[in-house]
Formats: sequence, C-alpha cells, structure tokens
Amino acid sequence: MARRLQFLFFLIVIRPVVYLLIGLNVRNWQRLPSCGPGIIVANHNSHLDTLVLMSLLPLKLLPKLRPVAAADYFLRNRMLAWFATNIIGIIPISRHGEDSDPLAGCYAALDAGDILILFPEGTRGEPEGKLGAFKRGVQILARNRPDIPVYPIYLHGLGKIFPKGAILPLPFCCDVHVGSPLTHKEKGDKFMAMLLAFYTATLEEGQFPEWR
Amino acid sequence: MDHVPENVLTAISLVFGLLALATILIVLKGAFFRADDHGELVRRLKSWWVIICLFSAAVVLDRTAAIILLCFVSFLAFKEFISLAPTRRVDRPVLFLAYLVIPIQYFWVYQYWYGMFIVFVPVWVFLIISVRIFVTSETSGFLRAAGTLHWGLMLTVFSLSHAAYMLALPKIDNPGAGSVGLLMFLVILTQLNDVAQYIWGRSIGGPKILPKVSPGKTWAGFLGGVATTAVAGYVISPYLTPFDGLHCLAAGAVIAIAGFLGDVTVSALKRDMGVKDSSNLIPGHGGVLDRFDSLTYSAPVFFHYVYFFLYGPMSLTA
Repeated sequence: MARRLQFLFFLIVIRPVVYLLIGLNVRNWQRLPSCGPGIIVANHNSHLDTLVLMSLLPLKLLPKLRPVAAADYFLRNRMLAWFATNIIGIIPISRHGEDSDPLAGCYAALDAGDILILFPEGTRGEPEGKLGAFKRGVQILARNRPDIPVYPIYLHGLGKIFPKGAILPLPFCCDVHVGSPLTHKEKGDKFMAMLLAFYTATLEEGQFPEWR
Repeated sequence: MDHVPENVLTAISLVFGLLALATILIVLKGAFFRADDHGELVRRLKSWWVIICLFSAAVVLDRTAAIILLCFVSFLAFKEFISLAPTRRVDRPVLFLAYLVIPIQYFWVYQYWYGMFIVFVPVWVFLIISVRIFVTSETSGFLRAAGTLHWGLMLTVFSLSHAAYMLALPKIDNPGAGSVGLLMFLVILTQLNDVAQYIWGRSIGGPKILPKVSPGKTWAGFLGGVATTAVAGYVISPYLTPFDGLHCLAAGAVIAIAGFLGDVTVSALKRDMGVKDSSNLIPGHGGVLDRFDSLTYSAPVFFHYVYFFLYGPMSLTA
C-alpha cells in the first residue's frame, strides 16, 4: 500500500514538478547507479535535494532509495513521520548520539541492497556555491563497506528554488553534476580527499550565474 | 475535428509525412554508414516527434489548448533565461511577479484584447517591475536587475506570445485555413528555415557571416536558407494564408531573416553568459530557448507583417 502510494506520488506529483517546473541539466547521467547497493552523496541546500535525487533514478529503483535524515527533524510529529518513513522512505538517524550506533539502520539497508542518499554537510547549508564541512558518517560507512560504490553528486540551483524558510518554490533550471563512483577499497586513505576534490573541482569548473 | 480547416489538416499530415520520411532516411543512413553525428541526429529526430505531436494535438484540439501550450513554451523559455542570467537574492519576490506576467499576457490573447496584449509587457510590466525592484530598497545593481528581467520578458513572453495572437486576429478572411493557418505557416516556415540554413551551411561552407557570435553560421547557409524559405513560402502561402503573389514570397523571406536574427540574438546571450545550450530539456536540441530562439523574432515580425497588410493603411481586404 505505502509502496504504491510512494510510486504514485513520485509519478504524478514529484516527477512533473522536477522535470517540468524545475528542469534538470544533468552532466554524466550514465555514471548514476543502475542497481544497489550504493551510497549517493550530495551537497544540501534545500528540501528539494532529496526529491530531485530520487527522480534522477528510474522509477523501478524507487523502493530501494533510502535518504538518511535527521530523526529529530523528520519524526517531530506523527504526520510528518508517516510521510517521511512511508512515502520518502527515510532512514532516521539521531544527530545527538543517544543511540549506541547511529549508523545501524544504514548498514542494514546497504546489506539489503538499498541505495542510501546521504548529505554529509548534515544540514541545509548556505546557498549557493558554498560547501559546509563534511561530517564523518560517509567515511565510516565507506570504510566498513569498502566494496560499495559511493556516487558523488553536486546539485546547483535548488537553494535558489526553495531555500530554507521559503514558502513557495521559484522555478529555475537546476544543474546536476554526477562524479565518478568511488569505493573505499580502491582509494583507501585518500577516499575522503578524493570525494572532496570532486566538489571543489565542480565548483570551479561550473560557470554558475551569480546569486547574492 | 470538424472545426479544423481542411488545409490545416493537410499541412499537419504533410509535416508528419516529412517527419516519417526523415526518420526512415536517418534509420537507413545509420544502418549503412557510420556517421559521427548519428546519435545526435536520432536525439533531434525524437525531439521533433514530441514537439510536432504536441503542437498538432494542441492545434487540432482547440484555440484554448494552443494558447496554453504556447504559454507553457514561454514559461520554459523564461525559466531558462532567468537561470542563465545573474539574479539577486533580494529579487526573489520580483521574480515571482515576473513569472505571473506569463499567464496574464496569454490571458489577453485568450480574451482577444489586442490593445492590452500589445502594451502590457512593454508599458505596464516595464513600469511595475522597476517599482517592485526599488521597493526592496537595494539600489546596488538596480539597473542590471530591472534591465535583465524586462529584456527576458520581452524576448520569451511578449515576442513569443505574438505566435498565439495569430489565433485571435479578428475578422480574418482566410477560407480553407482560418487563423490557425497563419500560425501553422509561421511555425512551419521558421523551423524549415532553421533546417535549411543548417543544411546549406553544412554542405557549402564558405565565409562566415558573424564569426564572433555564431562561428558555425556562413553566408551560404543564410542566403540558401532565405531563398529556400521564400520559395517554400511562395508554394505554401496560398493554402495557409490570405496572401498571394509577391506577398507570399516576401512572407517567407521575412520569416527567414527574422528567424536568423532570433537565432543569433540567443547565441549572443548564451555567449555573454558563457554557456552553450541553455538547458537539457529537449534532447539533441539544447533547451527550449535554443529550439524556439528563431521564433522569438519571427513571431512578432511575421505577426506585424500580417497585421499591416490585413488591417494597415495598405490593407489587402479593404
């Protein structure tokens, strides 16, 4: 039931909004995963980030996509919690470290062949073109599951469309840069440096119009 | 389908026939020769199928459907423009207002209100946008913000909406095609001109016409395109428009020259912004702005050409 609702919600509401109202300009589409398990890593400026990333992959992968999201924010009331868990399919994690292992849910999902969507900045940062410091979650996950590919994605424009605190989304075309997938096994200690290098390189190479 | 004039249906059938022929040729070419640009051609062809199906459906359905489709094209084009152009965060509310201009402009078309249609963006929006921008009391960058927004609205909304107003021309004496015939004529010739200029340019080459703005364009492409489109106009015009003789030939040439200028104007814009294609919505064509760039000029120019000869001092019907 929830799966069907999720499918319909993405097909009828989210995809038309993402592809017609917003419009994506995707570079290197072919680098996106065609099956799980995997970890999609992206910068975070807007609630729309998750929905755009989920619309990039084919609909048949939808049930496998699991955005990792803050429990204190998305489970704060019953309606939002139901929506976040059943329609979006989030894995709630605690930001304050009450749990013994906050990443337990992520390991379970990866072992079941799911694709995690992770925002290592931890929160919606300052839009556009500035990158917050990455938290350690990605590195720990990648180290403990060294074979699983990590797909770095840079999103530009969503912080203009629907920034923190906005009521209505303002239509803009959004740029999506997909980087080459990395595994911890291949990169070893250089893993985090290579991941960050993708973001700094994309920020420099992309000619993004001014927004200040 | 009874309300659709016979010649318009014939024109749609011919366009589909041409498209089918192009599809067969490109598929055959792909099967026998290995060309570098084959993937690109196939993507363009698929986009043509989608565009022509949507456009034909709207034209056959009714006038409202055609206006809504063109309104949506304006929306996509304006969105691409505003994504390329530098904007200020303080102008977020102004941008909402600018988007609101789009449905309102097409509403005047729907209402057959020519007076408002022709002054709304050049006068009212011009005045209001400036006021709305200084109300945010951020004067640094005022001229750039106001100029950018108004230029974008003129190009993507006001100019393109002229194509839709073809459907609202009053008391038009055009048996066999009606006002839809004029819209079909404009769109078919504009797109034909793009293709003709491309083919002439590719097959002859020669000196470049505007090397700084559009390095791919040659004099051969431009002149061959204008000649082809003028002849095509001469042949098609009696079926779709109320014109005959020299007026037909001139109509084709006017659309060809205006289409070329629209194409180059959008190229200049993109060069200024440092990008090649304005978005990836239409595979193989770049974005909507890239596909309809010629129409941004040919629509208003052909519209006023028609308006002058139908209602002007040299009216053909009077």
